[in-house]
Amino acid sequence: MSAQAQMPQFDAATRKELEEFLEQEQAKAKLQASVHELTNTCWNKCITGGISSKFSRSEATCLENCVDRFLDSSLYIVRQIESQKQQL
Amino acid sequence: MSSLFGSGGAAPDMNARKEQMKQQIQQEQLINKINENCYEKCVPKPSSALSSSEEQCLSRCMTLYMAAFDQVSKSYVARVSKERSGLPGV
Repeated sequence: MSAQAQMPQFDAATRKELEEFLEQEQAKAKLQASVHELTNTCWNKCITGGISSKFSRSEATCLENCVDRFLDSSLYIVRQIESQKQQL
Repeated sequence: MSSLFGSGGAAPDMNARKEQMKQQIQQEQLINKINENCYEKCVPKPSSALSSSEEQCLSRCMTLYMAAFDQVSKSYVARVSKERSGLPGV
């Protein structure tokens, strides 16, 4: 989508600024959405028992590791698929 | 250079409002997630009204979910900046 088509009333410098601003905000929104999604995933994964006033030790450890292992898994899967593609 | 956006703008009022709006959207997302997950945990069998133990569970659960959100946020940001510094040219 070109900013020029959408915002003909602005000059080039302003359009550029707008585009950069939108890009930044979209990146931030994406990061926030990832954090929400990951919190949801890790909550379901780690908090398996009832709700007490604080996390049990194993729940706390699980939460600490959850994000890194999720991303490790994601990277591992991508690498596996890459190497399978190369074998074709 | 005058700027439509960013901190140097001539309209601090507008910037404050934008910040407020962003925070509000953020909070709404978090509240939805808390409701979804804590309802699941604390109200296994919905009856005609919330019991006091269900309410207590919900209130503990809110605190815990926010703590989990903070932990995940911290880990994720740390990991993203680690990956970035490890990749040359990114």
